[in-house]
Amino acid sequence: MALIRFTNKGIYCKQGDFYIDPWQPVKLAVTTHGHADHVKWGNQAYLCHELTKPILLQRLGPELHIQTLAYGEEITINGVSLSMFPAGHVIGSAQIRLEYKGEVTVVSGDYKVEYDGISTAFEPVKCHTFVSESTFGLPIYKWLPQQVIFDQINNWAHSNQEQQKTSVLIAYSLGKAQRLIKGLSEADRPIYVHSSIANLNDAFIQAGVALPETIRISPDIRKEELQKGIVIVPPALADGRWIKTLQQAATGVCSGWMQVRAGRRWRSADAGFALSDHADWPGLLSAIKATGAEKIFVTHGFTATFSKYLNEIGIQAEEVKTQYGTEDDETAISAPENPAIKEEAD
Amino acid sequence: MKRFTALIAQLEMSNKTNDKIAALVRYFEEAEDLDKPYVIAMFTGKRPRRPVSTSLIKEWATELSGVPAWLFAESYHSVGDLSETIALILPPPGRTTDLPLHQWIRALGDLNGQSDEVKKKFITDAWDSLDMQERFVFNKLISGNFRIGVSNKMLVNALAKQSHTESNKIMHSIMGKWKPDEISYQDLIGGAHVDTDRSWPYPFCLAYALDNEPESLGDVKDWQAEWKWDGIRGQIVKRGGELFIWSRGEELVTDQFPELHFLADELEDGTVLDGEILSVKDGKVQSFSVLQQRLNRKTISKGQLANAPVAFYGYDLLELKGMDQRGETLAIRRKQLTEVIKTIKTEGIVVISPTIEVGSWEALALLRADSRSNNSEGLMLKKLDSLYHSGRKRGDWWKWKINPYTVDTVMIYAQKGSGRRANFFTDYTFAVRDGDQLITIAKAYSGLSDQEIKEVDAFVKKNAIEKFGPVRTVKPELVFEIAFEGIAESKRHKAGLALRFPRIARWRKDKKAAEINTLEDLKQLLHSTL
Repeated sequence: MALIRFTNKGIYCKQGDFYIDPWQPVKLAVTTHGHADHVKWGNQAYLCHELTKPILLQRLGPELHIQTLAYGEEITINGVSLSMFPAGHVIGSAQIRLEYKGEVTVVSGDYKVEYDGISTAFEPVKCHTFVSESTFGLPIYKWLPQQVIFDQINNWAHSNQEQQKTSVLIAYSLGKAQRLIKGLSEADRPIYVHSSIANLNDAFIQAGVALPETIRISPDIRKEELQKGIVIVPPALADGRWIKTLQQAATGVCSGWMQVRAGRRWRSADAGFALSDHADWPGLLSAIKATGAEKIFVTHGFTATFSKYLNEIGIQAEEVKTQYGTEDDETAISAPENPAIKEEAD
Repeated sequence: MKRFTALIAQLEMSNKTNDKIAALVRYFEEAEDLDKPYVIAMFTGKRPRRPVSTSLIKEWATELSGVPAWLFAESYHSVGDLSETIALILPPPGRTTDLPLHQWIRALGDLNGQSDEVKKKFITDAWDSLDMQERFVFNKLISGNFRIGVSNKMLVNALAKQSHTESNKIMHSIMGKWKPDEISYQDLIGGAHVDTDRSWPYPFCLAYALDNEPESLGDVKDWQAEWKWDGIRGQIVKRGGELFIWSRGEELVTDQFPELHFLADELEDGTVLDGEILSVKDGKVQSFSVLQQRLNRKTISKGQLANAPVAFYGYDLLELKGMDQRGETLAIRRKQLTEVIKTIKTEGIVVISPTIEVGSWEALALLRADSRSNNSEGLMLKKLDSLYHSGRKRGDWWKWKINPYTVDTVMIYAQKGSGRRANFFTDYTFAVRDGDQLITIAKAYSGLSDQEIKEVDAFVKKNAIEKFGPVRTVKPELVFEIAFEGIAESKRHKAGLALRFPRIARWRKDKKAAEINTLEDLKQLLHSTL
């Protein structure tokens, strides 16, 4: 019998009586990572990786009942042994491994296979059943090594500075922002961050994560100073008034959707950098093959296309309707396909 | 190639005309001289013969990418551009090359007449030596079709700035006859192959929309009223034995209208006319959609010449016997215009745009209401003592357009857009009520703000009932007011009628689907306009 079921509250493990990333309140929510589409407020208890805890406290409030695990650590819930393995998506992101009577299921949440220098590197886990995202499940999505993108960003910032423009990067505050801070810290340019990013950074630093120095944007920082550095703000501010008050802001969106010209133009940003925290096409395929799983459940993204392809290459796959991929950075920036409709429409 | 690729990237990154012009100026400062005429040719639509068919290109790209054809098609649908899809889907290049742009273009030209094997080897080798951005540009070179928002005018302005030459002269020289492999950049800009001293047009005098009651303009006797024709505003310049036709966008369109070329013989040198290029059949002005078949074509077929014959309705006279007339009053210029048109021997092709003589604003308003019956967009009001101004100036010239027709409809299908809108449901199909059925009457995509598009997109994603390929059937809930310019019988449409220029006027969030118009309403309108 299958270890997990897809219910209208989320991914449910009946044997263990807990949910993974539920979108409605439950007794125990096992949480893959801290993005808003994967963790909701109102659960009686949370179980997550130890580095996801500061994020939940930051985002959902201090009154939560949270139990944590380290990567590789194992606990048993109602006879189901549960452990977490790095998903490489953002700091603290975990694949959830469930084992019951020799049957192993892994729920990966969101993941990427390239090491980003800040989130613990993705680790493939052997299993019988694997639940995979498919945000970028089309063969047009193939990322360049992140150093190439960082070089592009640095060149862009350099040319902005020459033209007396302020470089403003649009990046989600959890994940992309820290990755950029780390990747761009080697260039000798101060990094200014919006308070929502600064708050998370503080929480990470308290939890013992090493982050390069950044400056929290405040009203008393002169606009001329910002122009000499790089400013990072979350997508919510991308079209806001604050950016317009800067001296000739040049905006650069950091997202996998920037791979495609239509995505870049849609955002009407001055520049787009295809930097993603999700696996690209080769990444998805290599990760899935490495699990050796007999059955793949394909969630949020190009679910229909990706599962059809998997079946064609001899990997049994099925598309599943979930509510993930709705508030994540990349989908918030430009959602090309909503898995929910495909389900209803087919 | 790398420099040109960088230019394309810069042009795509900005929506601002000034940024684009700056990028073009920098390019023409820095690029290799031999490349420049090719770039000008490309951006002005001078297309070389396509050396390889789209289907072969697609076939080779699919083969190299190792994905099944259906997955290639899905990817193409998501990207919305074949050149780009190929650039993205191919495996990463195995090597690099830095051949200059003109050599790539010449090498592509040399492929014409070669066997498919030779072509395939060349194209696939090229793909393997270019990075993603360069591949995209290379694929565009094959199709010769660059649509990156650079108008002739913008290009000309950039060239003018870079070379410190007057822009009208550059427009004339690049619209002239030349080939990128035979002319140097300097000669092209200098106009060595044409005589740019004769062609220049005057800046057009433009009108504001009338935002008040016409009575506010004073005595109707001080005004000249004429139909506001819906065609291409143009200037006909005849100097030194040569004829030039300029559009209002200051593009040289002489070649597009061979019917007017007789004027080279029949207009006196030193004459400039302002007027409207229209399609006219049996003395009746046709709708813009007829004229449209004739626009922006490199060659015009006999069929198009017969279906949409062109005439010129003269509004004004700007130059006479080589003398600038713009300082004369409209009343005087109009008299002179009448005389000039009388001297033209060929009759019926260049005519004076009639004025409307009435005694009161009310009588004029009545005539205006009937503008559609002669395919005009309303009236123009010009003060009889006005001079011919450069550009738009308030007070002397007014356009008094009729309001478009509108109909309330409900959205029933949605489809993703292309290009900029490839990832959003932006193309909608609208229906009116016919008994207890809904019947499709128009498809439209423009007229909503980005914010509204996002809202509708979210609605479509939540309320899709059925899926036919890229099309979603949605719950008939959202009501839109559709504006349109005309209505005609149509056998091709299930409704039996077709709307002209339908576009979304506004999203009627205040209305329910039960309150939309019926097919009967539209049929009544159709019969009233016949």
